[in-house]
Amino acid sequence: MKKLILLAASLFSLAAIAEPIGVSGARHLLERSGFGAPPALITEYSRLERNKAVDRLLNPTGTGLQRPPPDIPYERPGHLKTLSDEERKVVQREHFRQGTEMRAWWAGEMLRAATAQDALRERMTLFWHNHFVSSQQKVKSGTLMLRQNEILRRNALGNFSTMLHAVSKDPAMLIYLDGASNRKANPNENFAREVMELFTLGEGHYTEQDIKEAARAFTGWSFAPERGEFIWRPAIHDFSEKLVLGRRGNFDGDAVLDILLAQPATAQFVATKLWLEFISPKPDPAEIRKIAAALRGAGYEIRPALRAIFLSEAFWSPLNRGSLTKAPVDLVIGTLRTLAVNVPDAMPLALSLRHLGQDLFAPPNVRGWPGGEAWINSTTLLARKQFIERLLRATEMENRNRVVDKAMQMHFDSTAWLANYRDFSAVQVALLAIPPVHAVDETATGLPLLRSLLLDPVFQLK
Amino acid sequence: MHRREFLMGLGAGTLCAVSSNLAFAAGDFRRLLILVELKGGNDGLNTVIPYSDPLYASLRPKIAIKRDEVIPLNPSIALHPSLQALMPLWKSGELTVLQSIGYPQPNLSHFRSIEIWDTASASTEFLHDGWLARVFARQPVPGEYLADGVLIGSNDLGPLTSTRAIALQNPAQFTRQSRLANAAPAEGGAALRHILNVENDVAQAGKRLDTSYNFKTEFPKGAFGDAVKTGCAVLAGGQIAVLRLTLAGFDTHQNQPGTHANLLRQLAEGLVALRSGLEELNRWQNTLVMTYSEFGRRPRENQSSGTDHGTSAPHFVLGGRVRGGIVGAPPALDRLDGNGNLPFETDFRSLYATVSERWWGLPAGSLFGTRIRPLEILRS
Repeated sequence: MKKLILLAASLFSLAAIAEPIGVSGARHLLERSGFGAPPALITEYSRLERNKAVDRLLNPTGTGLQRPPPDIPYERPGHLKTLSDEERKVVQREHFRQGTEMRAWWAGEMLRAATAQDALRERMTLFWHNHFVSSQQKVKSGTLMLRQNEILRRNALGNFSTMLHAVSKDPAMLIYLDGASNRKANPNENFAREVMELFTLGEGHYTEQDIKEAARAFTGWSFAPERGEFIWRPAIHDFSEKLVLGRRGNFDGDAVLDILLAQPATAQFVATKLWLEFISPKPDPAEIRKIAAALRGAGYEIRPALRAIFLSEAFWSPLNRGSLTKAPVDLVIGTLRTLAVNVPDAMPLALSLRHLGQDLFAPPNVRGWPGGEAWINSTTLLARKQFIERLLRATEMENRNRVVDKAMQMHFDSTAWLANYRDFSAVQVALLAIPPVHAVDETATGLPLLRSLLLDPVFQLK
Repeated sequence: MHRREFLMGLGAGTLCAVSSNLAFAAGDFRRLLILVELKGGNDGLNTVIPYSDPLYASLRPKIAIKRDEVIPLNPSIALHPSLQALMPLWKSGELTVLQSIGYPQPNLSHFRSIEIWDTASASTEFLHDGWLARVFARQPVPGEYLADGVLIGSNDLGPLTSTRAIALQNPAQFTRQSRLANAAPAEGGAALRHILNVENDVAQAGKRLDTSYNFKTEFPKGAFGDAVKTGCAVLAGGQIAVLRLTLAGFDTHQNQPGTHANLLRQLAEGLVALRSGLEELNRWQNTLVMTYSEFGRRPRENQSSGTDHGTSAPHFVLGGRVRGGIVGAPPALDRLDGNGNLPFETDFRSLYATVSERWWGLPAGSLFGTRIRPLEILRS
């Protein structure tokens, strides 16, 4: 009997796999792998079967950067101290401008990602930014933050091991987790602790003693302040023997990273984070072990793990639709992409993201944005609703359907957008992961219909 | 448990014993609790300074506060000079210093340690609800209150996780915006239920918050002064049981002295303004203020004129009903553990038991652990 049910279930899922994923499936795949679901991409993906859609999404193509990052000249740390008060004010204003420009640039890359592959690369870059956290609050230098972003972007869909080694020696990281002031005479444990707790093993898989020993191995990794580049300083490296996770030797930092990568806990930890990002806030240990196996089996290549995720039953399960809370990037950038809003300048979006609690280049602490339900509290929920309300009200107040939000210079052509979807239910499926909480008047059309769906609590989910 | 069952579950004797030393009946949340979070791990040794212990200066050749700069409270203990504003409260007995607050098997990670504090868990125990949710489960905050608690300065719900909590920055703006929230029964998956709960809380708080009162108190400039001002405005406009204010930036791994002095000055001036604002509302006598932080910092300074993550630390308790003085021995700088960190003397959970039992008259029992007892730090 049990076998029969299993057989029936697998036949059913086989049937589901063999069919095109439709508008609902395309919205789901696009919204979770990228930001929102632009009508053109919904059309493209809705016709594909599951395997084909995931193949296309993970195809290593994409158009690359839409715009080059801003060119911010490097300044050595502490140079502000050498300036007069007047000069310092001018420089600080310039830093503020640069900081805004960097954030606008990144938000713009997410917004303008032309293909689903580009959007996935942007999402994964952000995912790694929230994994290998550094914040400009401490690092200060915009140049170094952009260089770190380039490392994350280059490896976003590449190899986790390569990325871990690169980011551990990255000057922004050496500043953020005090690696640059970790020396033989007086080890600073900050990086050693966080690399185990947050980048690789996860809590409970190492001891305080492992941290102390590893910190000694990382001594000597430093950066040259005049150029802001990594430099190896043997004079402050501890060359004596270390004992890390039961392995004994005269390890340097790279050797310790390899010891961490050799632990099964690392793949399990990263796979769990991917699960929480893409599938559901509830980890399923058995399923996660499969994803971890895909990651480790491929020598920490990231695409095989993503393939395992996007082809898992759990990813497509109706039970997991609408189970994730939209992050500010999903709400702001995702909504504008989904509605095909024309946004000439991404700067206001970067400010909206900060307002909603996701200031790019500046996660709140080394654990990153906690995400999930923590995105939503009384303050942020109201700010989210206001963002949507403002978009819609501007649309109403200018001519009837075509609109400019003066502050944001955004154009939303609601008539053209609605023409993409044949009826009420198609509009609902294109916008919401699950049915709305507040009943929608089925005769509603145009902006009232959009308002009803976009301000529904369910629109905060994906 | 509902209020009635709870009251019935108590022996009459217990009820009398608890309530006899209270002006209010047990479980009266007009007795306000204000938590002040020192986010990042405050350096206790440079806050409440064991200035006559030679080990203090020798562990901190660069960052020790000089002996002629500290504000002595007694022959062995002094305050950081930036805490000068608190001295009138110290002298009037409205400020209590609690020494060496911590917990067994201390965790040195910010996130894990604050989680331990917020959930009142043991070091190896993982809990989700905030410790106040546990108190309110025994005795709910009246439904007509604005909210169980309001958080200012951080959107992290911490000790108020799983309670009716509102995080806000500006009361008037909050009231206007709250009209965008739509009440609806909280059903569906966990993420949706959470959103609906917040919508409902916002709709209710927005209807009830009165933002018309103007304070005579002058609030200090800066992030913490603003938080105190907003907090007072909320208290003037509606009933809540708990206010949580956050002052961030205490993770002083590098160049600590200037940063720390500035933070402590903000803290002291903010607390004095808080007292003044509450006096104006005639509520100071029924207010208990407590600082907390994920951990203290390591006694030995690091190479970068800063301090690394440590363990136990002193905390402040203020209010119209505290007994004042210093509770506990000076930090045992001669008994550091294998990581070079301080032992603790008082478990932080006994502070929570004190709040529950001595402040709100709700017997803590084993709410925060079987061996946790309240402290005798409050006057009747």
